[in-house]
Amino acid sequence: MKYLTEFRDGAIARKLADEICHTVTRPWKIMEVCGGQTHSIIRHGIDQLLPPSLQLVHGPGCPVCVTPLELIDRALAIAALPNVIFCSFGDMLRVPGSEKDLFRVKSEGGDVRIVYSPLDAVNLARRNPTKEVVFFGVGFETTAPANAMAVHLAKKEGLRNFSVLVSHVLVPPAIEAIMQSPANQVQAFLAAGHVCSVMGYWQYPPLAARYRVPIVVTGFEPLDLLEGIRRAVRQLEAGRAEVENAYARVVTFEGNRPAQELLSQVFEVTDRAWRGIGVIPQSGWRLSPAYREFDAELRFQVTGIHTHESPLCRAGDVLRGAIKPTDCSAFGKECDPRHPLGATMVSSEGACAAYYNYGRFISADELAHA
Amino acid sequence: MCLAVPGRVEEIYEGFGSRMAKVNFGGVVKEVCLAYVPEITVGEYTIVHVGFAISRIDEAEAKLTLDTFRELGMLDEEFATEEQHFERAAASPPAECDSSSCQTEK
Repeated sequence: MKYLTEFRDGAIARKLADEICHTVTRPWKIMEVCGGQTHSIIRHGIDQLLPPSLQLVHGPGCPVCVTPLELIDRALAIAALPNVIFCSFGDMLRVPGSEKDLFRVKSEGGDVRIVYSPLDAVNLARRNPTKEVVFFGVGFETTAPANAMAVHLAKKEGLRNFSVLVSHVLVPPAIEAIMQSPANQVQAFLAAGHVCSVMGYWQYPPLAARYRVPIVVTGFEPLDLLEGIRRAVRQLEAGRAEVENAYARVVTFEGNRPAQELLSQVFEVTDRAWRGIGVIPQSGWRLSPAYREFDAELRFQVTGIHTHESPLCRAGDVLRGAIKPTDCSAFGKECDPRHPLGATMVSSEGACAAYYNYGRFISADELAHA
Repeated sequence: MCLAVPGRVEEIYEGFGSRMAKVNFGGVVKEVCLAYVPEITVGEYTIVHVGFAISRIDEAEAKLTLDTFRELGMLDEEFATEEQHFERAAASPPAECDSSSCQTEK
């Protein structure tokens, strides 16, 4: 398929990996921010092509994983209300709340629907005027334009029975939080290509300069990832800390202007709690005053939420890049994709799920007992 | 939800109060909103996220990247300077000699 197969060429991948091996003279730690990139790396075995001194650290870029537990519990409570149709992307279904997940709410009689696009939720609101349709608007800057358009259309049409439970998070403040952490070991970043396709990469040069860290905008196919790594390593070895774009067929410096314009109308920047990490100042979006009437959090005053995280789960350490999923004692034992203790074991972007699903990190014996 | 894939725009029409398209992802055709890529035309490729086209794939840039990869694979060996050949040879492990004549000489 065009723009996929040619970026998966094994012979070129080996050449790129050779080039990386020849360039590396010292140990380096590079973080890929996006969970989609983590999955691609583990699935294609890219980490195994790299010299042992070069370590890839998996970042917090999995929206499902960082959505705070309190908000998941709030979503579950709203979804269980009579007269509510609760719409979500499929990967939120199995994310554990304090006591249950959305799938369980559905089996208990809640009207939970899986939609492909937020526009499907708007359509449900049009077709069900006597029901309250609530959309679970999670995601990074990539999903935000779709969610913004849904709210914008609902306002334009005066759809009073539509609302959004918003939990949007932003990449640059997360990079900044990682670099400010006293325990940080990350020396370069692969910036998430699809976030940059929306936002551009004009936000990154000040970060690269302030923290003396190379940032390479990187795509998702094996050759894209190897090229991102190659460029990051070249900068590290040369002592440079610049912003480079290794995904130019999709990303421009300015990003998508029409999307950014609507985002700035519909949302405003706010502090956000990241599950497993804590509050990062100015790291998310909420609906702006002009659109706040569509905020499900205000429309449905849910009280009595008492959150409870599994004491075994170390998702926060995984999301900060402090440990690998396999360093967690519950990995593949108490915790697997069928019985996840934390969100990182659920999502198609969670690092624990990537390690588990592609199986290379579990012994046959452990798998037999899982 | 974050897994965006490239698809080919097959048909453009009006709907949802916006420009919409049928986009083909290797055989699977989905309805996609084009509000954020107003300039895209039929036959071009786009990156789609949760039903929204967020970027038009730049064919010239894609070609440039692939050309760079190809050069990296082949041309650098072909056109390396003498110095680069020696550097590369010094960095790679010495080849094992399995010639029997070599061993008898020893």
